[in-house]
Amino acid sequence: MSDSIKHTLNPDKWIDLYADYLYNYAITRVDGQDLAKDLVQETFFSGIKGKDNFRGQAAERTWLVSILKRKIIDHYRKINSAKGQKEVRMNFYDEGEKKGSWIEEMVPQSWGNDAEREIENTELKDALEGCIQNLPEKYRIVFMLKTVQNYETEEICNELGITSSNLWVIIHRARVQLRNCMEENWFKN
Amino acid sequence: MISCDEATAICDKNQYGEASLSEKISLSFHLLICKYCKKYTKQNNLMSQLFGKYLTPCDGSEKLSDEAKEELKKKLEKEIKNN
Repeated sequence: MSDSIKHTLNPDKWIDLYADYLYNYAITRVDGQDLAKDLVQETFFSGIKGKDNFRGQAAERTWLVSILKRKIIDHYRKINSAKGQKEVRMNFYDEGEKKGSWIEEMVPQSWGNDAEREIENTELKDALEGCIQNLPEKYRIVFMLKTVQNYETEEICNELGITSSNLWVIIHRARVQLRNCMEENWFKN
Repeated sequence: MISCDEATAICDKNQYGEASLSEKISLSFHLLICKYCKKYTKQNNLMSQLFGKYLTPCDGSEKLSDEAKEELKKKLEKEIKNN
């Protein structure tokens, strides 16, 4: 890119040019269409308020994405610290002599010999999606980004403002709960 | 010796190919003596297969509805005037 190119902002064209792009960006990272829409709106508003800070070095879209990224991190921090939110079920003792051992009633059960064949089943997909919907939001987001969207660990950590050990604890808890949920709803003999 | 909680955490991390060598060694030793975590590991592999088969990534083709865009445009115009 030549130095002579200086980018400008044209807020009146933002919706037509970038709304869908930003919406897609948001919807893979937060939970639900309404929330994604709100974040896109807030991004445009912040863009207008902060337009004097735009130096013209980045393209308009890149600049807007950087605002959206901060909104996503803010949202994530908010749900992370919110009180009274849904938590995952405990699967391991977290204190005492048995710390780190399976809680007896949460121990993995046998799934039967057909478990592997049974994965060819469309009803199974519904059961799985139900279990994923049951995860608390912060677990669901991190799990989906890592497992389904195949994001790099570092990228998720940067975007969501968490450390990699946070990330692996969240993934662990999400997967233990999903296994348990699928056992109860599908695989149990 | 690591706990079941730690062992299954390594097993989960390993599903993404991101467990370190020393973690994998600790896990193997744990699996020698723990039938529950052994079962977990086997089922976890099957869970990963399920995720790969039934959960599809967003392909970037989601669109805001025209109504939503119109509404957003109006709000934005007001915001532009006020700033």
